[in-house]
Amino acid sequence: MTPELGQAALVVALALALYGSVAAGVAGARGRATLLESAQHAAVGVFVLLGGALVLLTYAFLTFDFSVRYVASNTNLGTPFYYRITAVWGALEGSIILWGTMLAAYTLVVIFTQRERAREFYPWVLAVMLGVLTFFLLVMTVAAPPFQRLAPVPPDGRGLNPLLEDTGMITHPVALYLGFTGFTVPFAFAIAALATGRVGEAWITLTRRWTIIAWYFLSLGLLIGGWWSYHVLGWGGYWAWDPVENAAFMPWLTGTALLHSVMIQERRRMLKLWNLALVILTFSLTLFGTFLTRSGIIASVHAFTQGAIGAFFLGFLALVVLGSLALLAWRWEALRSAGQLDSVVSRESAFLLNNVLLIAAAFTVFFGTVFPLLSEAVRGVKVSVGAPFFNQVNVPLFLSLIFLMGVGPLIAWRRASRENLRRNFVGPILVGVVAAALFWVLGVRSALAALSLALTVFVTATIVLDLARATRARLRSGESLPRAVGGLLVRHNRRYGGFIVHLGILVIALGVTGSQAWSVQTETTLRQGEVAQLAGYRIRFDGLAGNEESNHFRVVGSFTVTNGRATPAVMRPAKKFYPQESSPIAGVDYHLGLREDLYIVLGDFARDGTHATIKVQVNRLVSWIWIGGVILTLGAALAILPERRRPA
Amino acid sequence: MTRLWRWLIPLSALPILVLLAYGFRLNPRDVPSPLVDRPATAFALTTFEGQPVSLEALRGKVVVVNFWASWCNPACYEEAPVLERGWRAWRDRGVTVVGVDIQDTVEAAQRFIRQFDLTFPNARDTSGKVSIDYGVYGVPETFFIDRQGRIRHKHVGAVTDEVFRATVSRLLAAE
Repeated sequence: MTPELGQAALVVALALALYGSVAAGVAGARGRATLLESAQHAAVGVFVLLGGALVLLTYAFLTFDFSVRYVASNTNLGTPFYYRITAVWGALEGSIILWGTMLAAYTLVVIFTQRERAREFYPWVLAVMLGVLTFFLLVMTVAAPPFQRLAPVPPDGRGLNPLLEDTGMITHPVALYLGFTGFTVPFAFAIAALATGRVGEAWITLTRRWTIIAWYFLSLGLLIGGWWSYHVLGWGGYWAWDPVENAAFMPWLTGTALLHSVMIQERRRMLKLWNLALVILTFSLTLFGTFLTRSGIIASVHAFTQGAIGAFFLGFLALVVLGSLALLAWRWEALRSAGQLDSVVSRESAFLLNNVLLIAAAFTVFFGTVFPLLSEAVRGVKVSVGAPFFNQVNVPLFLSLIFLMGVGPLIAWRRASRENLRRNFVGPILVGVVAAALFWVLGVRSALAALSLALTVFVTATIVLDLARATRARLRSGESLPRAVGGLLVRHNRRYGGFIVHLGILVIALGVTGSQAWSVQTETTLRQGEVAQLAGYRIRFDGLAGNEESNHFRVVGSFTVTNGRATPAVMRPAKKFYPQESSPIAGVDYHLGLREDLYIVLGDFARDGTHATIKVQVNRLVSWIWIGGVILTLGAALAILPERRRPA
Repeated sequence: MTRLWRWLIPLSALPILVLLAYGFRLNPRDVPSPLVDRPATAFALTTFEGQPVSLEALRGKVVVVNFWASWCNPACYEEAPVLERGWRAWRDRGVTVVGVDIQDTVEAAQRFIRQFDLTFPNARDTSGKVSIDYGVYGVPETFFIDRQGRIRHKHVGAVTDEVFRATVSRLLAAE
């Protein structure tokens, strides 16, 4: 009964979304208030039905309803309770329901918050959001129906992909999808701006916080994905330039560009066309990302879910790209800039350069990702583009971006005077140079690492300088220090939220630099009682043990680790054998630390436990990547608070 | 910019869309197997009924070796009736189907065989050696072996009636 109910909910939701989208569009074009009202009701209905379908699917998972094909394919009787919940979005069909529910939730929030505030845009915004929902519901009802029955009912299911049995998988897809779907809101506003011809600053002011929210969740999704890759996949890294990673990274890059370029339009009324194009590009890239992940046109280690829905996504992508670019062309005359660039040495140009670099990075990632396809189309040769290409092209771009991160926020608008440059940058540049020298003395011999660290110090110095100066001004007016700093953060939350996000990125850059420059590893075969040594660690192989778990068999190695400083610790890397997988899955064991992580992966072993091969890595500074993520979260939270600056 | 020129903006996106559409015609998993056109590695297994089945003994026939598992849902469930139909239709014309069950429990595998009423020989690859020799990386995978004992075609995913008929008749026609 549950599957039929779920299927019916989706079909009704599809009808409602389609109706609501058309009704809101007509309301936008003709100004009919009653139609708008009924479109709103339809949107609420879509949310309720989609949420209900998600609950029903979860229920089917919890009760092992193997009469549902999707449940049978992604769980079995041994799947633990909480992984049965995450298994709901372990593959395509459930992911799309989760995705749709989030989009419907965003739509609901838009209805509640923007109905009055954004009166002119609102009908069109609603029409676009319901239109996008219509597409996803179409996928759910036609191309990838989650509630499809399976006959005869198998006694047990296939089980979840073992790699997805991890706590990171509870949050990673959720954060990522909240990011992806979140960009629908700015996109809907951009289309509304084009449809109504109100291409001024209004839509940008209204969507600023939405963009930050979407951007934040996307960042979080990427970071959690990195964490998952680091502690589950067992290759010791957190980023591999895999097509699916790139798919999520491209909208992040263009979204970051957007967050910065809108400031120029708000301030200088420039870049109208550019900002609209960026929103369209970012939203299209989220669709492209889904297309890439779901269609399976590009082989990837974690294209977990493939299906025949590629054509659906491509069709919709084409509709979105061609449709919105046609709107852009149609409004061409209205998109002329009101302001103009006064000087190359100005905040505008720093931001422009930031945009150029970010777009260049997005383009290279795009190029590298689709190149295998291009090569096969043109030359008929299968090739793959690996990490070296992406690193070689992107490292200089990212280092330049970090430099700009120090320049942009402090340089003057319009035209920076000599005085402005001297006042803001001489100090931090000196600090950066001294830091570089210091790192050299301390033994940093990699030019790239030294440069990256020096740039990080330089940017931190600009942030400290700015904060110190603003705090001093407040102290002079008689405030206490905590009040002065707190007041600054709250009153100028947008500026200082941005600064804190920058600090988070710097800390992440520190982690990336450290792990790339100073990590060491070794692979060795040990007899029982033998010791391996790496970077001051002594690792003794004590033996192997086998355990039968609820859904797999686990071979656990036992290693005593000493490093001369702390008390000996026992580490237990494992190998997990799942009946549904042809090769075993690594169970990494690791000790995280601020300076370095010790990371052990169990390789081959003798069945009698006499010897085992292990891979040992000492990964430097990786923890700072995750710490940077926390800082970034705080900054983003501060930046989305409503502005409370008193009129001066 | 003149009125017409600006319509080039949306058109500029077309090449990328066309490239992506082209991508559909390809299957990234469709890496040609290096085993095709090479002699098939011999194997000798015991069927679920306890009968020996070996590639050696089948020389001179076209042999369809299908790797499957009871947990392989839905593809193995889709192709099981296809293989049974193919076996019944072609067995008198010098074609044999051999099912190799990998990484499975005996009970589940026998349930699967009963469920589809499979009559062609099915054996368990208990040690996993056969699937390693054939480079199987996922089930189902099907190898079509000609009368001289060479692998002529590898099919990844569920076999369809068309694939079965076309490949088998091609191999029978070739001398």
